[in-house]
Order: sequence, then structure tokens, then C-alpha cells
Amino acid sequence: MSELLQFLLSGVTVGAVYALVALGFTIIYNASDVVNFAQGEFVMLGGMITVMTYLAGAPLPLAALVAVVATAALGVAMNKLAIEPARGAPVVSLVIITIGVSIFIRGAAQLVFGKQIHTFPAFSGDDPIRIMGATILPQSLWVIAGSVAVFIGLWLFFTRTLLGRAVLATSNNRLAAQLVGINTPFVMTLSFAMSAGIGALAGVLVTPITMTSYDVGLAFALKGFAAAMLGGMGNPKGALVGGFLLGVLEGLTAGYISSQYKDAAAFIVILAVLFFMPQGLFGSKSTDRV
Amino acid sequence: MRMTAKSATLLALVILIALAPVFFPSGFYYRVGALVFVNALAVIGIVILTGWAGQVSLGHAGFAGIGAYACALAPVHWGIHPALAVLLGAAISAVLAWLVGRPILRLKGYYLGVASLGMGILIAMVLNNERWLTRGPDGIEVPELGLRAVLKDAGLDLSNGQFWYFFCGIVLILGAWLALNLRDSATGRALRALHGSEVAARTVGMDVARLKLHAFVISAVYASISGSLLALQNKFITPDVAGFMHSVEMVTMAVLGGVGSVAGAIFGAAVLTLLPQLLTIFAEYEQLVLGLVMVLVMIFLREGVVPSILRKIRGSGE
Amino acid sequence: MTLLSIEGLGISFGGLKAVSDVSFGVKPGEVVSVIGPNGAGKTTLFNMISGVYLPGSGKVMLNGEDVTAMPPHLLARRGMCRTFQNLQVFQSMTVLENTIAGYHLQESGSVLADILNLPAARRRAKQAEAGARELLRRVGLERAAEREAGSLSYGSLKRLEIARAMALNPRVLLLDEPAAGCNAVETEEIDRLIAEIAASGVAILLVEHDMKLVMRISNHIVVLDHGEKIAEGDPASVSRNPAVIAAYLGAENAAG
Repeated sequence: MSELLQFLLSGVTVGAVYALVALGFTIIYNASDVVNFAQGEFVMLGGMITVMTYLAGAPLPLAALVAVVATAALGVAMNKLAIEPARGAPVVSLVIITIGVSIFIRGAAQLVFGKQIHTFPAFSGDDPIRIMGATILPQSLWVIAGSVAVFIGLWLFFTRTLLGRAVLATSNNRLAAQLVGINTPFVMTLSFAMSAGIGALAGVLVTPITMTSYDVGLAFALKGFAAAMLGGMGNPKGALVGGFLLGVLEGLTAGYISSQYKDAAAFIVILAVLFFMPQGLFGSKSTDRV
Repeated sequence: MRMTAKSATLLALVILIALAPVFFPSGFYYRVGALVFVNALAVIGIVILTGWAGQVSLGHAGFAGIGAYACALAPVHWGIHPALAVLLGAAISAVLAWLVGRPILRLKGYYLGVASLGMGILIAMVLNNERWLTRGPDGIEVPELGLRAVLKDAGLDLSNGQFWYFFCGIVLILGAWLALNLRDSATGRALRALHGSEVAARTVGMDVARLKLHAFVISAVYASISGSLLALQNKFITPDVAGFMHSVEMVTMAVLGGVGSVAGAIFGAAVLTLLPQLLTIFAEYEQLVLGLVMVLVMIFLREGVVPSILRKIRGSGE
Repeated sequence: MTLLSIEGLGISFGGLKAVSDVSFGVKPGEVVSVIGPNGAGKTTLFNMISGVYLPGSGKVMLNGEDVTAMPPHLLARRGMCRTFQNLQVFQSMTVLENTIAGYHLQESGSVLADILNLPAARRRAKQAEAGARELLRRVGLERAAEREAGSLSYGSLKRLEIARAMALNPRVLLLDEPAAGCNAVETEEIDRLIAEIAASGVAILLVEHDMKLVMRISNHIVVLDHGEKIAEGDPASVSRNPAVIAAYLGAENAAG
């Protein structure tokens, strides 16, 4: 029993990270129909930049803030330099561009940060908290709280602010949004900034637990995508639920089957979803024939 | 009679492969040449999948891994001749591609990219972890193909490098010929059509999902045979052959040369295979350069280098 | 004998009824036109009949068989083909290749034969090419055969789409605004082409804005407004129908 609880707790922790990555995916997908393969690199950058700023002597909260802001700026740069110039290209070209950006960031990170594994101290110490025979790290609570907070923040933004509604309108119909005077290039910029910032935040929160290196982005991208698909592509609520579900599934796989193959859970989920319910848990059924 | 694009491409390829050794400063370049051919073969598969069917795969190295390890394992465990192991690997890759592709390619969108990424990672994971079978990350020896000895008995004595250069060259010509046949056939035309407009392709009776699936399976076979040839000529293979970066290399080579062009595939493979051989410093910057190439070509030279140049030549000729 | 019959077809988008309860039939050799003000649901109706949208209610019967919600490629096998209002041409292929693509069902065989370029595959390709060239001649595009389709004028592309659809040798042809954006000469050519196809026994369903064209070539007209059928009949009776006049005038007043 306590063993199961332990697996569930560690699953929920990584699941919270996957949920954040999936939310980042969802924002860009909704704004542009592009599957952004560089999403995982934002997570890596969040962790890495925090490490470097912290080692340079900045206090941890400041280092984290620098990482999120810097990564968001990189997200904007990605949109301006790589996505916008290719506007009008077939979506498959845009997908290849995001793959290129992802590999580029990976290569740059390898040169700048080296190949070693980095980490920084947890926010509230490393003393595990006991719950019914299982333990959870204080940092895990930070991760879970962080992803829930981001979700609530996004929900408020999209439903309560004019800007958020403009973003939603753009994702529903770009042309119509332009016609009613919404500045769609700005919406794209904003989407990339938010998406990159959220990815970086995920990296900041999880690095004290999992540590980071220049090549962790790929796995995060794959799992974030699996989570987004499980929840229903383009649906923020789905991204959140999908992330936690995938994390739990992975935790159980690692615990009961094999920790070497825990990464396989994401792949099995992708295939199962595509096989049995392509619209995901919360996705809407389209009248368009697929 | 005017020469068709198909015979022009094939003729140029034959001349190139036959004459290039004249300019080789050392025997080492036979090896580099063979490597170019092996990569080009896989990239032709990407051209069929991405350039014609409009689908992205980030897991094609997984098929190369299957082809490579089929040659390493089947002869030892089941006593199959390495040449048959190549076919066995291709068959396994084809079946796997069919199983993975079938549900995914029925959907609109670019889900194959993600699913194949997962599949590739999973294959690499198995090759790394199942030490009892694959001996893990350190790699495993691959048996000798044996054809070179046969040729020697027949009076044709080639060095190891020469043999693999010409053998891979011939396989590449064969692969290019088959791909060009496909391009101008009903299936190839249908693939290019659905890339242009899926909805129109459907209304003229094309089964879009099935066509994409065919392209995925065919391209998987190309990657698998490429992996087999790599394993056989090196007589040693590591799980890196199935790694993510190998998949990315294939896509970048295709994008650079021209993702819709067989000639472009060979050009892209040649450039990105030669670069690390000529510039040792390249290894450190490989990912940076590959990423940059993908982005820049897609923005500034959408068709890729070879088709863009051909268009220039034709444009000025008229 | 009705070849294509539409029975109570309807669809909603997000709770909004775009088309509701529309019924009519098309006989072989007959030209039936669907008209109505902008936004009346004509193209939506077409998209349901041709399997692009899944209808919310009603049935589509083709030669006595229920083909409701059947995917387009299976409809094509049963002899139904269509053209598009916003051209759907294979831009980067030549005009000839575009037309040969219409022969896909007759031309395609085993993939293996295609890859190996076996005589069977070559023979099929040759037949398709001969047929395509003949069709291009019929629509007056034979001289443009080797050109990239993307470089053609708008009117030529419209004819190319019709040629591609005719390559299927359809029994039912759906034409979505074939004359839209064409000049008077081009419209006349298309007019002649439609009449010819109908004369060969094909059932034609037409959506068209050019009223003169519609009145000239239609045997039967169905009028839609706000997604509902408000009138049908021969051209003369429809043009006198007060409900039809009101719908068009209302639309014009609203637009003005």
C-alpha cells in the first residue's frame, strides 16, 4: 500500500512537469497549428540558466526569474527569426523548422553549458515529508503547486482578460480575428513568450529533483506531447489532466515493471490514444472528416 | 529524343560513382564514399515519406537500428546468412512501420512525427538495455558478408574499402532507380497529389491513409537496408545507429538537398557526411549546424539546394 | 430513374443550423442547380453530399445505395466526383499529371509493380496518359499539358478541375461554382462543356452564382435560403417565385 502510494506520489510529481510542458504545447498549437518540437528545450533552458545564474552568485529566486524571463525572450526570438519568416509555408515545413530550432538550441546548450549534469539546491530543503508510509520531497510540492498555479493563471488570463480572449479568438479563426482588429502577429509573439516561459518554469521547478543536462529536452518534448494528446490536442484542461495521468502511469511503470522502460509509457500512451480515441479525453469531435 | 529526368539522374549517379575514385587522394576516401552512399539510401526513403507524402518521421534511425542488429544477431543466433539477415531486417522494419503507421496515418495532422520519435527512442532503449542479446551500449560485432571473398575467388581482388564503396554504390543506384520508378508511377503521382491537396486527392478516389502508409513502409525499408549496410561494412555496430541524432541527420540531409528530390537526397547526404570528415572540429558543432541548416533551408530555399539550382538552370535556358 | 437523391439532409455547426432538411433528386443527363444568396448553405450542402462533412441528419442515396457519410474516395469508386469553389489543383504537378491523377482508380495497381516499373504498371500509365491528353483536348488545355498547374490562369484551372473530374468517368458530377471568377468567354466555354457532359448521360449537380448560366443550362433548380429549401422547379417557374425573389432582394437590401 505504502509502496503504491510512493509510486503515485513520484508519478504525480513528474506528471506536474509534463502538464506544464503540455500546456506550453497547447498554447502554440492553438495559436498556429504548429507542433513545437522545441518545447522540451525550453524546459532544459529554464533549468540550465538557473544553474548558471545561481553559480554566478545570484540568489536562487532571482536566478529562477532570470531563467524564465530569458527563456521567454528566446521563445519570442524563435518566433521572430524562424517561424514568422516562414509564414505561408506548409505546416510540414514549420514542423521541420521547430525541429531545427530544437536541435540548434541543444547544440548551443552543449557548447555553452558543457556535457555534464547540473543541479541547484531545492527551494525548501531536502527533508522528505512522510505521508502514510510514503515520502515526498518538499520540492515535489513546489512542482505540483507550480503547475496548478500556472493552469489557474492561464484560465483566468483566457477567460477574464481582453488580451486572453483575443488570443482565443485568434486560435479559433485567424482571419476573422484580423478583421475585428486583433493584432495577430502580436498574439503569436505572446503565445511563444508564454509557452517558453511556462516551459522554463517547469525546468526551474523540477531540476532540483531530476537534475539537468543539455540533452534532457527531447524526453520532455515527447512526454509533454503524449500528455497533450492524451488530454486532447489543443485543450488546456486536457493538457493538465493528461500530464498528471501520464506521470502516474510512468511512476507505476517504473515501480512495478522496469525503471529502464519507464520512458516507454509515453510512447505506449501516444499509440493507444491514436488507436482508440484520437480526439483524446477532452478533445472535441470535429465535423470535418479526418 | 530528350532524356527524361529519371535517366539523367541515374546516368549522372553512375558516372559519379564510377569516376570519383580517380580523384581519391588515399584509400580512406573509399570508406567515406561508402558512408555517403549508405546515408543517401536512407535519405531517399525520407524523400519518399516527407517530400512526396508530406509526413515527418523523427524515428527512422530506429529502422536503421533494426536493419543493423538483424545483421549482427540473426547470423549468430539463427545461423542465417548475413545477406538474408538484411532482408529479414527489412521485413521486420516494414511490419513495424505498418503497425505503427496504420492507426496514425488515418488522422489529419503531423502525429507521425511524434509517434515515430517515441518509436525510435524505444528501439534505441531496447538495444541499450537488453544486454543479454545486444551487449548494450558498447556495441556488438557483425559477421562478414562474404561477398568480397567470392569475388576474389572469381578473380576480382578488391580492397575492403573498394569493395564496400562499389557495393554500396550499386545498392544506391538500385535504390535511386526504384524510387524514381515510384515517383513517376500511379502511386508516386498519387503521393505527390495528396501532398498538394488532400481533399482533392480524396475526391479522385485516392485512399490517402493507405498511400501515406505505403510511403512510410517503403521509407522504413530504405532506412533498414541502410542500417544493415552500415553494420556489415563496419563489422561492428552500437545502439547509436538507432539514436535520435541519426534520425535528425537523415531529415536534415533530405531538407538540405531538397526534400522532394532523389538527386537532392544524394547531394544532402554527401555534404553532411563529408563535412565531419573534412572538418574535425565539426563534431563539436554538429547539432548547432544541423539545426541551423534545417531552419535556414526551410526559410530561404524551401525546395532545397538541388531543385533550386535546377530551376535556375532551366529558367535561364529558356 | 433518380440517380442521386438527397433526403432530408441537415448539419449544425456549434448549435447553429447551417443546412436543415433539404431533399431533392438528380437524374442521369440532367443538370440540377442549387442557388441561393451568400451563406445560404450551398457549399456546406455540397460538402455533405461529397463526404467532406459528416451530415447531422438525413440520407444521401446514390443509385439506390445509402452513401451517407461515405468518405470521398469510396464515393469516387461509386461514380461520384466533384470540383471545388476554391480551386483544389495539385499546384506543383504539371497539367497533364493533374489530369492523369483523375485516372487514379483505373490506373493504380500493385505498389510493387509501380516500384519495379513492371510492364503492367507502364501499360496502365500509358493508357491513363492517353486518356488524359484526350480530355485536355476536350477542355482546350492540350497545349498547356507540360506546364506546371500553378502557372495557369484562373479560368484554365477551372477547366483543369473539370477535366480531372471527368477522368473518373463519373455518373454524378458535382460542380461548385465552375464559372466563378471567369470572364465571359471562359464562362461560355464552361457552359458548353457542362452541356456536353450532361448530354453524355452524366447527372450534374451545380452550385453557381452566374444566374444567366444557371437559367440557360439547368433542367431543374433548387433554391436555398438560410439553409432551407424555399423553392424548386424549372428555371422559368423558379425565377417567377415570390419567395425566391424576396430572398434575393432581402439579401441585396441587407448587403446594400
